[in-house]
Amino acid sequence: MAEMMYREALNQALAEEMARDANVLLMGEEVGLYDGAFKVSNGLLTRFGSARVVDTPISELGFCGIGVGAAMVGLRPVVELMTWNFALLAIDQILNNAAKLRHMSGGQLRCPIVFRGPAGAGGRLSSQHSQEFDVVYSHFPGIKVVAPATPRDAKGLLKSAIRDDNPVVMFEGERLYAIKGEVPDGELLVPIGKAEVKREGRDVSIITWSRMYYFCEQAAAELEKEGIRAEILDLRSLRPMDEEAILNTVKKTNRAVVVEEGWPHGGFGAQVVDTIQSKAFDYLDAPVRRVTGLDVNMSYAANLENAIQPDAPRIIQAVKNVMYREEA
Amino acid sequence: MGSAIPREKLLTMYRKMVLIRRFEERAGQQYGLGKIAGFCHLYIGQEAVVVGAVEATRPDDFMLTGYRDHGHALARDAHAGMVMAELFGRTGGYSKGKGGSMHLFDIEHYFYGGYGIVGGQIPLAAGMAFASRYRNDDRITLCFFGDAAANQGSFHETLNMASKWKLPVLYICENNRYGMGTAFERVSAESEIYKRAPAYDMRGEVVDGMDVREVYELIKDCAGEVRSKKKPVLVEARTYRYRGHSMADPATYRTKGEVEQYRHNDPIPKLREQILKDKSAGEQELDRIDAEVKKVVDEAIRFADQSPEPSLDELWVDTIVEPGEPDVRPRERVLGVQVDWPSFPSGQELKVTWELEPKEKATKKTG
Repeated sequence: MAEMMYREALNQALAEEMARDANVLLMGEEVGLYDGAFKVSNGLLTRFGSARVVDTPISELGFCGIGVGAAMVGLRPVVELMTWNFALLAIDQILNNAAKLRHMSGGQLRCPIVFRGPAGAGGRLSSQHSQEFDVVYSHFPGIKVVAPATPRDAKGLLKSAIRDDNPVVMFEGERLYAIKGEVPDGELLVPIGKAEVKREGRDVSIITWSRMYYFCEQAAAELEKEGIRAEILDLRSLRPMDEEAILNTVKKTNRAVVVEEGWPHGGFGAQVVDTIQSKAFDYLDAPVRRVTGLDVNMSYAANLENAIQPDAPRIIQAVKNVMYREEA
Repeated sequence: MGSAIPREKLLTMYRKMVLIRRFEERAGQQYGLGKIAGFCHLYIGQEAVVVGAVEATRPDDFMLTGYRDHGHALARDAHAGMVMAELFGRTGGYSKGKGGSMHLFDIEHYFYGGYGIVGGQIPLAAGMAFASRYRNDDRITLCFFGDAAANQGSFHETLNMASKWKLPVLYICENNRYGMGTAFERVSAESEIYKRAPAYDMRGEVVDGMDVREVYELIKDCAGEVRSKKKPVLVEARTYRYRGHSMADPATYRTKGEVEQYRHNDPIPKLREQILKDKSAGEQELDRIDAEVKKVVDEAIRFADQSPEPSLDELWVDTIVEPGEPDVRPRERVLGVQVDWPSFPSGQELKVTWELEPKEKATKKTG
């Protein structure tokens, strides 16, 4: 077991899979000579050469499509988006081509490709660079979507994504890359579609994914001081979503709070709530609450930016609300 | 143009062009009968482009196009009945009726599809050519697209990368002069599309797309260069569609005279006359080909009519590949015949020797 940063765990995953399988390659902006805009690909160009670590021009639509084409004929590209905000320029290639090739061809084609990069607020970057796309990509059949919170899950899910025969979208986080955590030595594959109970509890379920996990841990530690034992379920995958794990934790605690960084309107959390209300209604002792980013564009000013994002106090308030401890 | 093209080749080109013409005429008719729905973009008038290009390249070169794709599948020897069944939305179609007119795929014949978003296939083609370079095989990729696609960002972004990375891809623009109802020159600062190639340090050529022999000769030359020099080439084939953009389009934006003018320049009678003049074949032999084609198309309609609708169970497959799930081989599934299927080296067999960038450029400056 070694402690390492999230970015180092991703780097290990890439290096291991590229060494194991010569069809795996990495392409994107600044992935080579610059060692990655967030240093995820550090050292890979020197080790694997310029055909396998490809520095692209700033042409997101073009290089995402080139990745899809390569995947259609046997390669296994990993396409790095410098941030997911830039993938809006390439979304046609991801959702209209990669996600639909199997279907349009009646099962003749497969498209084993990974699109990965940071999503969410990076810190003081204003509205064009601070967005979550959870619900955008997980809305579509034909792709898988993962959003790991910890270095261990980041490594294990990226390796699984690279080996998967389907297109996989992976959301990382600018503010996750420097986070440290334990990563087991040796081969590590985290299955796509499996959530994990990261903290056991019996009083309330907090369901989350990606960076919000850390605020949920803070909130749970505070709540424990007041005798409330919260269970934290980290979804890790958004499509397929681990419905069984969601229902299990709700049946155990009878109360749930869903926490996400993105906007409330049609957010991914709404899908989690719908699963709970339609399949575990009789187990609920209180309506499910959501904690989300505020329904506004992200601002640059520090105080505005902080106010927009969920944090531990807002999670604590929601938990107390579903436990009828305080007036909402 | 001389008669350097072998007799057999000329007759094959004649047969394929007539096949596409008759197939499309009957498809239009079946649309009128309500057996085909949705968008149905006919290739009538443009036959010389795909047929000349396919006959000038290898059958295992990767190929893809936009949504006006029936002719491309047929030129690559797809089963005409299975193409028609796809248009009918039947289980005997290449995609089990899931794709329809715009999404024909025949992977057995290295035809990687028809794409419904204008220009969306242009980067895919570069990616397939990237894979050929990466594996150091000598296959090239043929990518067809319409004139309107040359105004998409995907065209410009991809040509830049394909040229810079020296990808073996041959881009063939089928300039039929209209993007739906908008004449290309009405919306294009530079309406001679082949002139856009030098901006990306590429060879650009223009050819009369109504003359299959000229298309054949030029594509043969360009494909040879793409294969040997590993660089992309852009060819603009000037052509014309006799029908509207799709079956839903009465094409009121062009004059009767203009259409008539192109009909006088029809590529099929033109090739027929050339063949007769060259004495490559006689009237009788060409008539026999016409009759055979008619039978193939009649049979294609019968085949499609008899093919059942897909089962509702089909809704739940072909979206996500499950572990261990093989790819569907259409002729094997529908006709029960054994087929060869494209295969590529595994990641354990493959040794990548290609340097995409010269080593000195892709190394860190020190000091």
